[in-house]
Amino acid sequence: MATQTQPLPEILKPPITQVGAVGWLRKNLFSTWLNGVFTLAALYVIFLLVSGLWNFVTTADWNVITANMRLLMVGRYPVEQIWRVQVCVVIFTFLVGASWAIWRGLARSAAIALGAVFLTAAILPFTASERVWLLANLAALGAGFAVGYFTNARRVLVWAWLASLPIIALLLYGVGDMPRVASDLWGGLLLTLALAIVGIAASFPLGVLLAVGRQSTYPVIRAFCIGYIELVRGVPLITVLFMMQLMLPLFLPEGITVERVVRAMVGFTIFTAAYIAEVVRGGLQSIPRGQSEAARAVGLNGALTLLLIILPQALRATIPAMVGQFISLFKDTSLVAILGLLDLAGIASAAANQPDFLGRQAEVYVFIAAIYFCFASAMSYGSRRLERTLGVGER
Amino acid sequence: MSESTADIIIARDVHKWYDQFHALRGVSLNIKRGEVVVVFGPSGSGKSTFIRTINRLEEHQRGQIIVDGIELTNDIRNIEKIRQEVGMVFQQFNLFPHLTVLQNITLAPMWVRKWSRAQAEEKARELLKRVGISEQANKFPGQLSGGQQQRVAIARALAMEPKIMLFDEPTSALDPEMIKEVLDAMTDLAESGMTMIVVTHEMGFARSVAHRLVFFDTGSIVEQGTPHEIFHQPQEDRTKKFLSQILH
Repeated sequence: MATQTQPLPEILKPPITQVGAVGWLRKNLFSTWLNGVFTLAALYVIFLLVSGLWNFVTTADWNVITANMRLLMVGRYPVEQIWRVQVCVVIFTFLVGASWAIWRGLARSAAIALGAVFLTAAILPFTASERVWLLANLAALGAGFAVGYFTNARRVLVWAWLASLPIIALLLYGVGDMPRVASDLWGGLLLTLALAIVGIAASFPLGVLLAVGRQSTYPVIRAFCIGYIELVRGVPLITVLFMMQLMLPLFLPEGITVERVVRAMVGFTIFTAAYIAEVVRGGLQSIPRGQSEAARAVGLNGALTLLLIILPQALRATIPAMVGQFISLFKDTSLVAILGLLDLAGIASAAANQPDFLGRQAEVYVFIAAIYFCFASAMSYGSRRLERTLGVGER
Repeated sequence: MSESTADIIIARDVHKWYDQFHALRGVSLNIKRGEVVVVFGPSGSGKSTFIRTINRLEEHQRGQIIVDGIELTNDIRNIEKIRQEVGMVFQQFNLFPHLTVLQNITLAPMWVRKWSRAQAEEKARELLKRVGISEQANKFPGQLSGGQQQRVAIARALAMEPKIMLFDEPTSALDPEMIKEVLDAMTDLAESGMTMIVVTHEMGFARSVAHRLVFFDTGSIVEQGTPHEIFHQPQEDRTKKFLSQILH
């Protein structure tokens, strides 16, 4: 062996290409005369948009929103029972606070965003009792954080979240001595969220089952799943919703009536499940054969292989597409306005037609568009965070 | 009686078809407890297919396979019982990428053997130490080199305390500098008395570790014998020709 050693090659910094702001402008915006023309044209379009927006903001009259705030939020939910909705929000806020302490990451962002919403709302012109409620929410957020921080009860938290759905539903609907509030009276954002959350929570497991069933070795199950998926994907959502309004009562025994909101929830679930199934199928097919072979080789049976090895990987791979489906479900809840249900969009069109506020449609629709946008972009942001968190050790 | 209870694997006249293609054409092979058998042959000769029939990753359509006294039939309970006794290591490692190294190893003992987490983790750490990668326990497979991944795969198979280990070209997907670390782990295992069937072209390993070499071609066994017999006095022309091609 030779003893002399070659010196290691020197590590150099990459060459500097920055030449200041003017250089950047020249290089990116005005490199050729055609590029320059495009830049100026684009600037003009931006100017038109901004000035139009400025015009709208300075002349807008938001009284139509403040006067209809209760309708937009809860619809025809009886005024003397609104405290139940408020309690539900406090429960939710408490759980977000606890999740912040226990899960960190995404839950922390959610908690901070929620806290910011309550804080800004408290500054806006609300009544004293509403301010008390907003501050109660901030207190619940803090209390949830404290409870989560000191107990760190992970398992309890998961169960609490699962239990919160039925508890909130019962509270809204009425249980025990509370007067019943039929879901046909729910409206506004409350109805929109109820439709979306129930639709998501029910269509996800149904869609996964359908996707797995489509891969089944039993021909009857496979044929049923394929038939269901193809049939539902072949018709527009609005027809599914109408069919559920008309046909669901026919399938149920006589004497049992189902509220129209529940029929709409079933319709959304049936529709979205078919799309989720196709997304999940793509995920299942992307898992290499070697994964299930390795699982079978160590002695796992078919069900455990699916549950522990295949589905976790397939679902993680399909988070973005699945959240995309949930976002479209959330926005499509506005179709129930056509069925005569007064969700956020239904209330908005009713408010826009009030004689007191003629010519103020723009304010109403901008307001609800902002609400839809906030929820949809929060879901989208959440999915990206979740994807990154679960992507640990991805090959 | 030619088949004593010492034979842990008995294959009699095993046939396998892929559609029209006759992949296994009457393979008969008995393997004794503690025996290390190296199976080699050209690609497409059916050697991988044959060892995959032993834990029923491939189904045979004719003949009989008896593993540790249990015959492989369509009865799912028999198949699952045999899979718990037979560990397998794959060419492509096939580790579970969403689980840590430790979880990869403890998964089957906990879910199939119903061990407690503490017991399974103790076993896993012992095995990781044995294959020389204790410090990687909490990493994910994607963070390991190929050689390390394959050693984790060996530990994962061993965690079920199998009586037989199958290796399907365990070093073929590895970079050259990582082959030795995997072969060392396999040699160590062979010396501990494990029954092993190894499909490989690592003839150095075959010469020093195997008790018996089996040469496959066109779906059947052409020739078998001790390493000395195969390397120095091969009887069949096909064996001679193949050996001359791989032993430059």
